[in-house]
Amino acid sequence: MKILVAISKAPDTTSKIAFADNDTKFNEAGVQYIVNPYDEWYALVRALELTETSGGTVTTITVGTPADEPIIRKALAIGATDAVRIDAEATDAFFVASQIAAYAKDKGFDMVMLGKETIDFNGSQVGGMVAELLDLPYVSIASKLDVAGSTATIECDIQGGTEVVEANLPLVISCAKGMAEQRIPNMRGIMAARTKPLAVVPPVEVAKLTNVKKFSMPPAKSACKMIPADNAGSLIELLHNEAKVI
Amino acid sequence: MAILIFADTSNGKVSKNALEAASYGAKVASSLGTSATVITFGNADAAALAAFGTQGVTKVLVNRSLSNADSRQISKLVVGAAEKEGASVIVFSHDLIGRAVAPRVSARLGAGLVSGAIDYPNTSAGFTVKVNLFSGKAYGEIEVLSEKKVISVLPNSVGLANAGGSASVEDFAFDAGASSVKVKEVKKNEGEISLPEAELVVSAGRGMKGPENWGMIEELAKELGAATACSRPVADIGWRPHHEHVGQTGIAIAPNLYIAVGISGAIQHLAGVNRSKVIVVVNSDPEAPFFKAADYGIVGDAFQVVPQITEALRKFKASHN
Ligand SMILES: Cc1cc2nc3c(=O)[nH]c(=O)nc-3n(C[C@H](O)[C@H](O)[C@H](O)COP(=O)(O)OP(=O)(O)OC[C@H]3O[C@@H](n4cnc5c(N)ncnc54)[C@H](O)[C@@H]3O)c2cc1C
Repeated sequence: MKILVAISKAPDTTSKIAFADNDTKFNEAGVQYIVNPYDEWYALVRALELTETSGGTVTTITVGTPADEPIIRKALAIGATDAVRIDAEATDAFFVASQIAAYAKDKGFDMVMLGKETIDFNGSQVGGMVAELLDLPYVSIASKLDVAGSTATIECDIQGGTEVVEANLPLVISCAKGMAEQRIPNMRGIMAARTKPLAVVPPVEVAKLTNVKKFSMPPAKSACKMIPADNAGSLIELLHNEAKVI
Repeated sequence: MAILIFADTSNGKVSKNALEAASYGAKVASSLGTSATVITFGNADAAALAAFGTQGVTKVLVNRSLSNADSRQISKLVVGAAEKEGASVIVFSHDLIGRAVAPRVSARLGAGLVSGAIDYPNTSAGFTVKVNLFSGKAYGEIEVLSEKKVISVLPNSVGLANAGGSASVEDFAFDAGASSVKVKEVKKNEGEISLPEAELVVSAGRGMKGPENWGMIEELAKELGAATACSRPVADIGWRPHHEHVGQTGIAIAPNLYIAVGISGAIQHLAGVNRSKVIVVVNSDPEAPFFKAADYGIVGDAFQVVPQITEALRKFKASHN
């Protein structure tokens, strides 16, 4: 099986969020970047498990600058066969999806796997766009995936429950919790990652469809109103009269 | 230049998310001086579909031949309806089906997508829409540069219009091609209130000590008409089902009221619930970080506090009936 896994960077969850250039740019100062958890823990690890049991390769693809190489090497250390970096700043989701689709188009991948969203833009956009650009089936927010021959069986979230579906390869899947367990790279993996192939590919030209015009922070929260434990019941009156939510 | 709204009624029902997306779309339509049409599929009866009129939608197009959730077929249907209506803006709910289909429609039409909108478009200079970013820790104004636009609306973010009115319902015959995804099994979650749609949520964490103690959480939720949720470790150890797990790795919710009992309020938990309008925290530790994000707090033992709240709620309901 030949699998392409999209890997992107994301600020570590505990990063302080701040903006620069008159609130038009994310301030990267002091921010530690990690592999987007959904890409790493779920898409990448499940792709590795599948090729470990039935053979094949896992190629990672990242749209990004040389600054993204540490996270690409981490994916290689976890076990990916090789990596591709599309040499461009990831601007909007459509730009990223178009680069991934253009690369994947004629390479005969059986599956393109991605995380369900990134933890910075929370868009859930790239997977569906890649599927459309490649005219492939797309199963999103998948929590289980098995492949037998050319058929994939996938469990995915639907409104109010889960659904088990079957689809023929090739297809695009976005992955969520349940797919796989996190893997920590070992020393051998880290050493091997240094010499694994990392191809740098020029981007294709794509029009930008969206732009973040301005970032802002939520207004400061007013102090929490404390209710004495021996009068907990008064909460109900407050929720009715003051907060007006019940 | 009409506005088209995709609303999922595939299970025969009109959900709150679908109504909210319709309400959003109708409001955008009226601000742009045009009309709003819903596109849907499945077997919901015409009277149920006419209810989209209460949100200001004038027409509902329904395709009776599509039945399952193949995102490729649904996106073709939506694009077909958008062409028929000459739609310039296409609205989805940012729910599970919207998240699968909106990006496909965006890529097909070369229309910029704003996902998870929390407010109406601002058209005073260009076309921008406000969203949450960084798991709710910041906002962004997303500018759409393309002529056609796709917006998915975060559930519970703008509410319903309830303008009154009834929409005309028309069959929309359309060949969306063969399905490439076969549904083998559907498993419905237990409980009547779907967590992603719930306006009121009662949630509990490791402070409950064990699954046998959840009765009082369920009782409070039932009395409130709320859905139940939990923190991640509780789902991981199997005290509660996984679909209740909220947070960065679970589901993100934005109810009007979120009551958190025995949950510390770790940043990854907050990432899934910080969009709640009102947060109530019950925790025995006055230093629990959750109090910083809360509107109302009670420092105390959940085993004493929760039954008191439930009791007060019963009295409140009795006196307001
Ligand atoms: C990458 C990553 C992703 C994560 N994603 C998520 C996520 O999506 N969702 C999530 O929830 N967590 C997530 N976590 C875990 C998160 O960091 C916390 O560990 C978790 O939220 C803690 O759950 P808890 O508050 O139930 O348990 P604890 O941290 O054990 O806290 C229990 C709380 O209960 C209180 N308590 C104890 N007894 C009582 C009593 N009798 N009455 C009242 N209060 C009592 C304690 O004071 C304490 O505050 C993630 C972690 C990582 C690293």
